[in-house]
Amino acid sequence: MSSHSKLFLTVLVSIGLLAAPALAFDFGRPATPEEIKLWDIDVGPDGKGLPDGSGTAARGKQVFSDNCAVCHGENGQGGIKDRLAGGQGTLASSVPVKTVGSFWPYATTLYDYIHRAMPYSTPGSLSVDETYAVTAYILSLNGIVAADGKVDRESLPKIRMPNRDGFIPEPEFDPAKLFRKK
Amino acid sequence: MTSKAPIELLPRPANLSRRGFVGSLSAGILGAVATEAAGAETLADVPDRAPGADLSAHSERSRFARIDRIPEATPGKRNVDPGDAINSKTPHQKLVGNITPTDLHYERSHSGVPDIDPAQHRLLIHGMVGKPQVFSVDDLKRMPSITRVVFIECTGNGWENWKKADPDLTVQNTHGHVSTNEWTGVPLKFLIELVSKDQGSNWMLAEGGDGAGVDRSIPLTDEIMNEAFVAYGQNGEPLRPAHGFPMRLVMPGFEGNLNIKWLRRLKFGNAPWMTRWETARYTQLLADGKARQFQLRMETNSVITQPSGMMQIKPGDNRISGLAWSGHGRIAKVEISTDGARTWKQAQLSQPVLSKAQVRFQMDWVWDGKPTRIVSRSTDDQGNAQPDRQSFIAAMGTNALFHYNAQQTWSIDEAGRVRNVLA
Repeated sequence: MSSHSKLFLTVLVSIGLLAAPALAFDFGRPATPEEIKLWDIDVGPDGKGLPDGSGTAARGKQVFSDNCAVCHGENGQGGIKDRLAGGQGTLASSVPVKTVGSFWPYATTLYDYIHRAMPYSTPGSLSVDETYAVTAYILSLNGIVAADGKVDRESLPKIRMPNRDGFIPEPEFDPAKLFRKK
Repeated sequence: MTSKAPIELLPRPANLSRRGFVGSLSAGILGAVATEAAGAETLADVPDRAPGADLSAHSERSRFARIDRIPEATPGKRNVDPGDAINSKTPHQKLVGNITPTDLHYERSHSGVPDIDPAQHRLLIHGMVGKPQVFSVDDLKRMPSITRVVFIECTGNGWENWKKADPDLTVQNTHGHVSTNEWTGVPLKFLIELVSKDQGSNWMLAEGGDGAGVDRSIPLTDEIMNEAFVAYGQNGEPLRPAHGFPMRLVMPGFEGNLNIKWLRRLKFGNAPWMTRWETARYTQLLADGKARQFQLRMETNSVITQPSGMMQIKPGDNRISGLAWSGHGRIAKVEISTDGARTWKQAQLSQPVLSKAQVRFQMDWVWDGKPTRIVSRSTDDQGNAQPDRQSFIAAMGTNALFHYNAQQTWSIDEAGRVRNVLA
């Protein structure tokens, strides 16, 4: 940062601390809790961010067929886009098949990704229950959830994905050690 | 002039004489000069001067200089219909200098290029902060700004050569997923002060306003806190839509996917979110089936762009030129071997050599007409050296798919044909 910018920053922070906050808010405006809620869609591996609701694999089979099969194939295989099922036991082979069942470490990521990015042409168009249902269906295709199984905000974070321990953090950015106090 | 066809430097057209083609190569890599070299035997053949075209709102490239990116789907599926493409690669074989022209900067988009009205775009910063805030593009432009030349590289750059080397690949195919531009924007540190980030927050989620809502967890190390910025400018003008208009994150030295385009949200927390991108996608699968995760920094790298794949050279004076870059810092030296990595000579670097930016390297070379292999290797100011392919593959296996930075070898046969090979 240039010395000018540093000075600007120092002055701004000083004003913010000493005077009314209105001056510090000259750049931008406060975000209200209601509007933050509209955009705050991320889901953590502990399940934080998952909404109320639930979905069954059986319901998900229909939602998947209507919205997802055109790209991913009827059973999450054979489509033009990413294969979603199978592949377990192939990661150490010369032809690894990376799917939700063989590679993804967290089931929460599946809900998050379907909700934010899928279906490709109309992202965010599935309801909360439909999103849980598709999540349950894809997990059932991989033998992780029973064919008559159901997922919700309580159960999804508790699912232990087959490849949960398949990742080695790069030492420079290992989340477990990065910001530990020395 | 109208009768002359644009010169295609590669692949070699079947109906172009070898003499004409070689002449065009040695005359220069920008086509326009090359056309005259092929067409004007004496100065009397050079067309007369005449008044030119009207001035215009934009300066277009010469119609004799054809330079295009290549839309591509997955590895090996090239020149696809743009509707099926997921990226577009920079034509390094036709460029000079250190900076990539704005319209030729590589592009990797995950749900197309959104058409964003800047008046309606907002950046929300929230999470573990004292004052969650909403900023407009105009707000950003009123803030203190920095301008910095930075390379951005897709973590998939080099994906063509993991398992094999198709001989007909150009450097655009092998290394077209890295580019360097000058970016202008607001330091992340300044934004963090504005929202009063909690001391205990050391991870940040950055999310785009594209259809895929691409999002990444970013560790707030001292280096990232000091260098990351939210850019609205690119090579002296507003960002192009393909590169994040109206605002994007720029993370000097870090993998392309972290440089979130069409940025609309920064959320502070104290652990990574394990998004699809940092778990299922940009992790490096090793030979034993385990995958490296959070390999965020781009490595020390280099590639010879001239001569490179599908070109043809002739015996005598040749100029070897290429690009080197490192996510660790500044390039300290680049060495070139013209005898298949047996002996090495140090190349010249085109100034300025900037931290986390591409730099052009060059060396004169007299080719004796015998088949050989040429290769470059770079070392940065932190002492990181670009690995040879053998030791790179020994460490990473051939399934990693991302972060390929092994030395690139080009073979040259007795006819001067340059081809992609594995060392």
